[in-house]
Order: sequence, then structure tokens, then C-alpha cells
Amino acid sequence: MNINATLFFQIVVFVFLGVFTMKLVWPPIVKALDERAKKIADGLAAADKAKSDLALAEKRAVEELRKARESAGDIRASAERNAGQLAEDARAEAARIVEQARQAAEAEADAAAQRARDELRDQVAMLAIAGAEKILRREINPQVHAELLANLKQELQ
Amino acid sequence: MTTAHAKTPGEYIVHHLGHLNSSPPLPQGEKAKIVDWSVINYDTLFFSISLGLFTVFLLWLGARKATSGVPGRFQACVEVLVEMVANQAKGIIHSPESRRYVAPLALTVFVWIFFMNAMDLLPVDGLPLLWQVATNDGHASLRVVATADLSATLGMSVGVLVLCLFYNVKIKGAAGWAHELFTAPFGSHPVLWPVNFLMQIIEFLAKTVSHGMRLWGNMYAGELVFMLIALMGASWTFSTTGAMLAFAHVVAGLAWAIFHILIITLQAFIFMMLTLVYIGQAHEGH
Repeated sequence: MNINATLFFQIVVFVFLGVFTMKLVWPPIVKALDERAKKIADGLAAADKAKSDLALAEKRAVEELRKARESAGDIRASAERNAGQLAEDARAEAARIVEQARQAAEAEADAAAQRARDELRDQVAMLAIAGAEKILRREINPQVHAELLANLKQELQ
Repeated sequence: MTTAHAKTPGEYIVHHLGHLNSSPPLPQGEKAKIVDWSVINYDTLFFSISLGLFTVFLLWLGARKATSGVPGRFQACVEVLVEMVANQAKGIIHSPESRRYVAPLALTVFVWIFFMNAMDLLPVDGLPLLWQVATNDGHASLRVVATADLSATLGMSVGVLVLCLFYNVKIKGAAGWAHELFTAPFGSHPVLWPVNFLMQIIEFLAKTVSHGMRLWGNMYAGELVFMLIALMGASWTFSTTGAMLAFAHVVAGLAWAIFHILIITLQAFIFMMLTLVYIGQAHEGH
């Protein structure tokens, strides 16, 4: 435990090791550390931004979904309305056609009945006349009694 | 020690505390002078310089490939050290200009002293024995723990003192510092000038001496304990007591080495912190 000239050499070594570290070791490491700190800070900021963007997008998506659902509801309602209208129209049209057909058929039937009646009447009249002719062959002169016969025919109608 | 003539414990210790240096063999019975500027300890210089180079090489390896991307384990380790020292320096020295040199110096000093202290964990007879074999001289001395040499630790603390004086002049100016030397800590009355100056000188002396001797004392004492443990094991024999001695060597050596890991790290850290604190004080007016 004695002190000798080693001390002076040690001072020099001490100072120069410090200089070496100052020149070659410290700056690159501190630079890397600062850069990484900045990178991390940027990354965190970007992550925050992405998070808020995502929240915004989600909100927008929900809004869009809600709108879509609403408009789909509207469309369905109007389609139902239209369909109802169409069915209504079709039903009315069908009813109208059926009514028309019924009336036409009735008219036809009336006409046919009338015709049949007319024919029948003519034939009855003819039969009556024929019968009467057979009975009254001589007594009735068709030319004389034509007016009478026409009257009779009229009455039968 | 199984040499031809068994050494007494006293001889063993004294031999282990001898330096490989430039002093000629002392005449029998004469003690070496406490302070002798004509002597240089080659072993201390060898181990401190080579470990210093190893330190800056390691740090440089870490710095060479330093990227701001994902660091490897080694780079992260160096970064942790740098960050730790940088934070301490920021808290203690408020001048960024001074920190440019002092903070890297503190980092180097921390790692360097850690490695020099760690030489204590090598087997206490290992390298000295190798040296004796290499030089073919059974009496050759070699001390591997540079920080257990008072010259080395005082050298470093005087280095800190030199930096303190430098920064005192640089920050306060020669006149400002001279004014502080004579007016602080008691006041600026002319009667107090000698007292103030004396106090300042004592303060500088005490700081430097305690700075160097704290590290030296811890490492020197640690080394001595390792030697005592080695002595205990060296005197083992094929008997119950002897076997117990060998066993005690293993247990005590293990326990002390594990405890010493704490001491070497702590002392390196303390030396670094005091370096920062003393240079930081040079920046502040009293």
C-alpha cells in the first residue's frame, strides 16, 4: 500500500478512456436511443390516431347500417303498398270483367228467352190459327179476318 | 501452496501483496517507502490499461451497430448502461456542454472499475502462479486487481480532482473561482479569507483522498479476505480437522465471492457517482 508513479499513468489512462468513450461510444448510442424514443412516440401517436379513426369509422358504419335498414323498411313498405294496390286493382278489374260477362250472359239469355217466346208465340198463333182454320175452315176468311187475327196475335204478346 | 519449502501464512500474504514493479529487491529488513515516485507498478498498469481497452472495446462494439430499431441483447445491455449514466449525469451536472465529456467518462469509469474489481473473483493464486511458471521464478509477484493498488485508485481520484479544477476555472473563470476560494463557505470578510481558503483546500483534499481510498480499501480488504480463505484451504490435511478446513474454504470462498459481486458493482457505481457529484459541485457556486 504505497504510492508510486503508477498514479500519474493512471490519471492519463483515466482521462483518455473518457475521451475515447466520448468520441466513439456515447454519440451513436445516444443518437440511437433518441431516434428510438422518437420512433416509439410516433408509433404511439399513430396508434392513437388509428384508434380514433377506427372509432369514427365504426360510428359511421353503424350510422350507414341504420340508414340502410331504414331505407330498406321504406322500400318494403312502399312495395307492400304497391302490391296491395296492384292486387286491389286486379281484384276490381276481375270483378268488373265478371260483372260485364254476367250482364252479357244475362242479356244473351234474355234475348234467347225472348226469341224463344216469340217463336213459341208465333207457333202457338200458327197452331191456333191452324186449329181454328181446321175448325172454321169455311167461316173464317183470312183476308176478312186478318185484322182480327193480328189483334189476337198482339194480345198474345 | 505445495512448493518445495512451505511458506508461512505471513510470507504467503506478504508475497501476494507484492507488486510486479520497477523497484529493485529491497535489502533484508528494509521497508519500502510509503511514497516513492521512482517506482512503477507494471502489473497494475498492465491490468488497468488492458481492462480499460477491453472496456472501451466492448462499449464500442455496442455503439458500432447501434440502431434505433429493435436492439439485440448486447446493444440493449450497453444502452441500459448509457441510459443509466446519462440520467444520473443529467440530474447532477446541469451543463450540457460539460456532460458531453463527463457523462461518457463516468460510463467508462463505471465499467472499467467494475472489470478491474472483477479480477478479484478469479482464483487468488491463479494468475500469479501462471506468472511464476511463465517467468520460471517462484518468487515473482503479480497483483491482478488494479483497484487494490492505492496508486491506481488515487490516480483516478486525482484525475477527477484535475477535472474539478478545470471545470471550476472554466465555469466560474479564474477570478470567479479565486473569489470563491477565499469567500466561501464562511463569508467575504477579509478576516475570514485564510479560514475559507483553508477549508476549501481541506475539502478538495478530503474529497480526493476519500474518493480514491474508499475504492482501494474495499478492494484491498476483499483481496485480503480471499487470501485468508485461500490460506485456510491451503492448510488442509487428510484428517477430520483438515477436511473441515478444505470444506470451510469452499463454503467461505463461495459466500465471499458471491457477496463480492455486490461489492465490486457497488464500489464501481459509487466511484462513478462521486465522480459526477464532485464535477457537478465544480459547476455550482457556494
